[in-house]
Amino acid sequence: MTDALLTISDLSLGFRGEAGFAHILDGVNLTMRPGEIMGLVGESGCGKTTLARAILGVLPRAALELRGGAIGFRGTDMLADGAAQAAIRGRRITFIPQDPFSSLNPVFTIGEQIDDLMKWKSPRRGEGGRWPALLAPYGRSRRAADRAAVIETLEAVQLPQPERLLRKYPHEVSGGQRQRLMIAMALLPEPDLIIADEPTTALDVTIQAQILGLLRRLASERGVAVMLTTHDLGSAWEICDAITVMYAGQDVEAAPVTEFFRAPAHPYTNKLLASLPDAEGGGAMTGIPGEVPDFLAPPPGCRFAPRCERASAACATRPAQTPRGPGHLVRCVHPVAAPVHAEAEA
Amino acid sequence: MRRIEIILSRLLWLIPTLVGLVVVVFFIANVVPTDPARIIAGENATTEQVEALRAELGFDRPLWEQLGIYVRDLATGNMGRSLYTQRPIADDLAHRLPATLELTFAAIIIAIGLGIPLGVVSAVKRNSLTDQVLRVLSVSGLAIASFWLAMELQMLFSTRWGLTPLNGRISGFGPDEITGFFVLDSLLTWDMESLGGALLHLLLPAVTLALPAAATILRFTRAGVLEVINSNFVLYETAMGLPRGLIIWKYVLRNALISTVTQIGLIFGVLFSGAVVVEAVFDWPGLGTYAVQSILQSDNKAILGFTILVGVVFIVVNLIVDILHTFIDPRTLK
Amino acid sequence: MTGLKRLLADRAAAIGAGLIAALVLVAILAPVLAPFPGDVSEFHLTERLLPPDATHLFGTDRMGSDLFSRILFGARITIAIAVIAVGVSVAIGVPIGLVAGYYGGWSGGLLMRASDIFLAVPQIVLAIAIAQTLGPSVENVILALSATYWPFWARLVYAETRAMKGQVFIEAAQALGASDFRVMVLHILPNIASAIIVRTSIGMGATILTAAALGFLGLGAPPPTPEWGRTISEAREFLPEAWWYAAAPGFAIFLVVMGFNLLGDGLRDILDPKIRRGAK
Repeated sequence: MTDALLTISDLSLGFRGEAGFAHILDGVNLTMRPGEIMGLVGESGCGKTTLARAILGVLPRAALELRGGAIGFRGTDMLADGAAQAAIRGRRITFIPQDPFSSLNPVFTIGEQIDDLMKWKSPRRGEGGRWPALLAPYGRSRRAADRAAVIETLEAVQLPQPERLLRKYPHEVSGGQRQRLMIAMALLPEPDLIIADEPTTALDVTIQAQILGLLRRLASERGVAVMLTTHDLGSAWEICDAITVMYAGQDVEAAPVTEFFRAPAHPYTNKLLASLPDAEGGGAMTGIPGEVPDFLAPPPGCRFAPRCERASAACATRPAQTPRGPGHLVRCVHPVAAPVHAEAEA
Repeated sequence: MRRIEIILSRLLWLIPTLVGLVVVVFFIANVVPTDPARIIAGENATTEQVEALRAELGFDRPLWEQLGIYVRDLATGNMGRSLYTQRPIADDLAHRLPATLELTFAAIIIAIGLGIPLGVVSAVKRNSLTDQVLRVLSVSGLAIASFWLAMELQMLFSTRWGLTPLNGRISGFGPDEITGFFVLDSLLTWDMESLGGALLHLLLPAVTLALPAAATILRFTRAGVLEVINSNFVLYETAMGLPRGLIIWKYVLRNALISTVTQIGLIFGVLFSGAVVVEAVFDWPGLGTYAVQSILQSDNKAILGFTILVGVVFIVVNLIVDILHTFIDPRTLK
Repeated sequence: MTGLKRLLADRAAAIGAGLIAALVLVAILAPVLAPFPGDVSEFHLTERLLPPDATHLFGTDRMGSDLFSRILFGARITIAIAVIAVGVSVAIGVPIGLVAGYYGGWSGGLLMRASDIFLAVPQIVLAIAIAQTLGPSVENVILALSATYWPFWARLVYAETRAMKGQVFIEAAQALGASDFRVMVLHILPNIASAIIVRTSIGMGATILTAAALGFLGLGAPPPTPEWGRTISEAREFLPEAWWYAAAPGFAIFLVVMGFNLLGDGLRDILDPKIRRGAK
C-alpha cells in the first residue's frame, strides 16, 4: 500500500475514568487512498467519532490512554510526532463537525473566524519563519489572495451574497447555510483529507442529501479525500467510494461500495443491511437482538460474537483481516458465504 | 435599532428607581425624631433661637412636606448645606466625586489586569498546583476586611519602610485642575512631578481596593472559561489546528467575559463599599471620607446627599454595563 | 447523611465547616476559655500595650486589657450580629420573593422594584445611613444590616420561584387542588432551599465584613464592647509599634469570613452542581 494517504494500523486506545478503563478502539485497521471518499459506518457509540478525533489529535488528553498502534498520514507517524501532527491539522487534514449550530463561535462574525483560519491555515502561508507564532505578520498580498479564495469557495458551496455573509454572526444564519460554511472552511486550506463527522445528523432531513451531494461533488472536483462517519448506510451508498464498518470499536469489514452491497461477508454487516428499512433516522439498529457490549468489560476476540448466531469458541480470538475480493477485507471466522441478496431473491 | 431600544428602556427605569431611592433614604434619615435645628443652632442657643431656626429650615413642617421640598430642591441640584464644611452639599460632593472615581477606576484597572489573566490561567490549568494556589488566594481576597488590609499595608509600606506616601491624594499643590482627576490633569498639563506624586499616592489605596474585586473577577473568569472550554466551537477550532493561545485568549475569553461583564455592576459595588472605609484609612479626600466625617457630625442631609449620589453613579454604571453587554455578546440584540 | 459526608470530603468545605464550628465553640465557651474574662470591661493601665507573651497570647490593648480574651468575647458579638441580621433578612426576603415570584403580575413586579431600590446602592452605604440615624449600638447595626440585606434573598427566591413555576410537578400540584400557600411552602420552597442555603452561607461572610466596617467607622457598639471592627480602629493610632493590636482582630475576621465562604462554595458544589459560577 505505497500509495496510501492514511494508514491506521492496530490502533488501540481508551479512556481511564472513575469506573475503570473504557477500551474504545480495539486494534483498528483502516486504509484510505488519495481522493477516496470513505464511509466509516456503524451504530452511534461504535467508536467512529473517537477514531475521527484520534486522527485529528483532539481526544481529551487527561483521560486518554493509548494502548498501541499507529496512525500514518503520508509517511508521518501522527501519534509519535506531535509537532508534525500540529502542522498537518487544519492544513493537510481538515474537519467538518457534527453540529454546525454550536461549532461556530457565537460572539465573533463569520468573517473574523474565517480570517483567523486563513491567517493560520491558508495554503499560501509560508512555513514558520522567524516570528513567534502569535505575532507572525499577515502580509497584504497574501491577505488579498486569501480573501479571493474565501469568496470563491463560499460561492462554490452555493452560499448567496458571500460578502454580506462574512459580516454576519453565526446565529443569523440557518443550519443548512452554516453546514455549507463548514464545508467551505474545510476546503479553504486545500487539504488532502477532510474528516466529516456525521455532518448531516443535526440538519433537516430535506437538506441532508443536498449537503452530502455538495460535499461529494466538491471533493471529487478538488481531489480531496473524505472520511465520512455515519450511521446511515443509505447516505454512505449514495456518496462513498468505499465503506468500512465498525462495531463496538473494532473494524469488521471494508470494501468498495458496490462490492460491499453486493457481497457483504461479515454477519454484522449482513444484519445491518437487513435492518436497513427500520433504521431510518435513529442510531440504533433495532433488528439485531442483544446489546452493544460494555466498553468497560468487552468480550474477548470478536466483540460481535455475543450477538452472533454463527459464533463459536474460535471467535474468542480476534480474526485477522482476510481478503474476500479486490479491496474487500473481512474479519470473521465464519463469514457469510455467498451474496445474500442473490440467495434471498432466488 | 435594538441597542437604542435597550438603552432607552433602561433610562426609563432610572427615573422611578431614583425617586424610590430618594424616598427610602429620606425616610431612613428621618426615622428617629432627632432635632437637627438644635444641633445646628449650637448648645448655647436659646429656645427662641432654635425655634426660629427650625422654622427657617422647615423642620417644623410635616415629614411628607419636607420630602416634597427636598425633592423640589434636589431637582434644581440643591441638597442643602453641610454642617461640617458649611458649604452646599452638592458642591462638596461634586468636588469630591473625581477623587473617588479616580481611585475606583485605578482599582478596577488593577482588578481586571490581575483577575482576568489569572482566572484564565486557573481554568486552563484546572486542578493543578497553580489553580489550587490561585483559588486559595481568591477566596482569601474576598475574606479580608479592606479597612484592615489598608491599615496593614499603610503600616508596612508607608510608616515602616517609607516607600509610599502615608495618606492624601498628592503632596504639594498638585496639577492645575481641569477634570479633577489628578492623573489625567497632570498628563494634560504635562506636569510630570504631579503625575508621579498622584500615581504614588494612588498605589496603596487602589491596590487595597482592587484585591477583593480582583478575587471576584478571577472567580467569574475561571467559571466562565470552564463553562466554554469544553464547548463544540473550541473542539472545532482545535481540530482545525488554530494555535492554542489564539483559541484561549481570543475565542474562549470573549465568551467567558460575557458572564464577567454582567457582574461588573456587582464588582463596582464591591469597590465602592471598600472605597468608603479605604478612603477613611488613607485620608483620601473623596466621597468616603466625606461620608465618614458627616457620620461623625451626625449630618443627616450630607449623608442623604451622599447616598443619593452613589445611587445615581451606581445606576449609571449598570446602564453602561448593559450597553457594553450588547457589544460583547451580539446575541442579546437578537 | 451522605450530604454531610460529601461536604467533609471536600477539603475546602471541611476547613470552612471547621472554622465555623471553632467560632461557635469559642463564642459559647468564651468565659471558660478566656484567661482574663473580666477584661471585657476591666482595664489595667499599668499593663498598656504589652506585646504578645505567655500571659497575654495576643498582647494587651490601650487600656491594658488582654486582647486574647477580648477577641474570644468578640466572637459572641460577631455571631449574634451575623445570625440575627441574616436570619431577619431571610425571614423578610424569602416570603417576599416567594409571593412576588409565585403571583407575578404588577404587584410582584412592584415588590421586586422595591428591592431594586435597595440594591441600587452598595449595602454598606445604606447601612451607614441607617446606623448613623439610629445611633451606635449592636442592635442598630443588626437593624441596619437586616434592612439592607433582605433584597438579596428576595431577588434570588423570586428568580428561582419563577423558574420553578413552569415545572410540571408544580402545575400538577395546582391541578390537584392544593392551595397556593401549600404549593409555595411544600412544593416550591423545598426545591429552592439549596440555593437559599448557599446564598445564606456566603451572605454570612459578607454581613460579618460589613458589620466590622460599621464598627470600624464607629457606628457599632460603643466601647468597651470587644467588637472586632472597633478594636481595629482603636489600634490605628498605636501602629506600627503595637502591631499585634490590629493583627489579632483582623485575622479573626479573616478566618471567620473565610470559613463561611469556603463552606458556601462547598455547599454550592454539592447542592447545586449547575451553578458553578463565581462569587454570588
